[in-house]
Amino acid sequence: MDLKDLYRDVILDHNKRPRNFGQLEHPDAFANGNNPLCGDRLLVTLRMSGDRIEDIRIEGKGCAISTASASLMSEAVKGKDRAAIRRLFDQVHDLLTRQDATPSAELGKLAALGGVRDYPARVKCASLCWHTLNAALAHEAAAVSTE
Amino acid sequence: MSSVAGSAASAQPMPAPAPYQVERVRADFPILKRRVHGRPLVYLDNAASTQRPRAVLDAIEHYETQMHANVHRGVHALSQEATAAYEGARERIRRFINARASREIIFTRGATESINLVAQSWGRSNLKAGDEVLITTLEHHANIVPWQMLREQTGCVLKVAPIDQRGVLLLDRFAALIGPRTRLIAAAHVSNALGVVLPVVEIISLAHARGIPVLVDGAQAVPHMAVDVRALGADFYAFSSHKIYGPTGLGVLYGREELLTGMPPWQGGGDMILSVSFDRTTYNELPWKFEAGTPHTSGAVGLAAALDYIEQLGIENIAAHEQRLLELATAALNEVPGVRIIGTAPDKAAVISFTMEGAHPHDIGTILDAQGIAIRTGHHCAMPVMEFFDIPATARASFACYNTEAEVRALADALLDVRGMFS
Repeated sequence: MDLKDLYRDVILDHNKRPRNFGQLEHPDAFANGNNPLCGDRLLVTLRMSGDRIEDIRIEGKGCAISTASASLMSEAVKGKDRAAIRRLFDQVHDLLTRQDATPSAELGKLAALGGVRDYPARVKCASLCWHTLNAALAHEAAAVSTE
Repeated sequence: MSSVAGSAASAQPMPAPAPYQVERVRADFPILKRRVHGRPLVYLDNAASTQRPRAVLDAIEHYETQMHANVHRGVHALSQEATAAYEGARERIRRFINARASREIIFTRGATESINLVAQSWGRSNLKAGDEVLITTLEHHANIVPWQMLREQTGCVLKVAPIDQRGVLLLDRFAALIGPRTRLIAAAHVSNALGVVLPVVEIISLAHARGIPVLVDGAQAVPHMAVDVRALGADFYAFSSHKIYGPTGLGVLYGREELLTGMPPWQGGGDMILSVSFDRTTYNELPWKFEAGTPHTSGAVGLAAALDYIEQLGIENIAAHEQRLLELATAALNEVPGVRIIGTAPDKAAVISFTMEGAHPHDIGTILDAQGIAIRTGHHCAMPVMEFFDIPATARASFACYNTEAEVRALADALLDVRGMFS
């Protein structure tokens, strides 16, 4: 078992310096996510421009996988419309759960999460931010849970 | 010791006690030979569940292959042997905690069910709206949620006694929370999240001075120290088999006979009745009144074997060995940069909960696991404790009779690796 495959340099970097960290004032949409198993909490705030995410901030407390995944997600979805985000979500989901998934070019830096699938207990850590983003996009300003 | 041996010994220096031979203890636990991710297993998650010695596995196999049948029912040989084994286990447990009578020993599915039994049977028949149940901040969810459910059912009030930054119960604040409406006190003997030992003797004495019964959640205490329920004065004492080298799915509720006698059954079914007609049912006597349905007989047999095993090692010897490991681990972890031990009370069982700056407990757990080291990470079913210390989770290493000094060093070395990765 090679930990370097889980804790790749990109992951460690985004854990230490999460991008787009904080909260947007007067967001168009937001959602709280939490993972009771590890106590991870995440707030996603969005500024929308029509169908497109114009700006995003993430804020919370979590493990390296959860923090890095949220940071990578925030970079990946900024400027994208709902359809593109949906495609990304599906690809990330496959990457995290399917052994035979090969990351497409569209995933970009998100491909660094490819080591997570060998650690089933950690898949929830990586997917929390995506479920929270989906909830925000659905204007469900209620807490979601990955439990 | 006879008086003859005693006087002979007094003429000469006392022989040194035989040193605790941990390698021989380890040889009794088959699972400890396992490798995990190519490394020898270092099992430090004993507060979650301990491993079983060969003697327990053999006792269960002997029961299953030689005498299994339903208990308390048949006139045939197997049923009688199974009944004798089951009731023999009850007597073994009585002796272990020094209860007065074996009818004060109720088998349950675990400490959780033991506490629920008291809440639902004693609680529902004794508490009215406005009556108070007093617990502490250190409780496991199993000693919080049953009282919240009782609150929904009866309108009773749940009061919580605070702790200080070391995890020590503030006894004066606790005493001040005992009021005219306090009907029950329920407290852990040892905190599962931090390992802190609670002053149960003082708690019970304060309670009894006001005529209030006390339930002690002893799940984390019985593996680490001698427990005498009569010396403590506990009215109820709950523990689980699987945390004391026995099988899962079995627990014990000790209750003082006077209290148990006055309590209604909480589950109905077979075994807990003397006679049933559609008009009227007569309940069985203690302890069977509280044991509806076919019990976990092999579990009881396994637990009895586990208690024999502990007695053979000597609970005081186990405790001394574990305390040595706790001291070593505390010193070693304090040397790791960024590590903060949560729960620094002077009196602790062999449990050490900690956080590390820059590394989430979940990441610590994964990195240690890759080296074959099993620890627990998370809130340990004690979210109010985490909230008190304003942390989402901790990493927790907990020791048992078979852990070694080398394993403590392996833990500390692995934490230095974690530090290297996240700093």
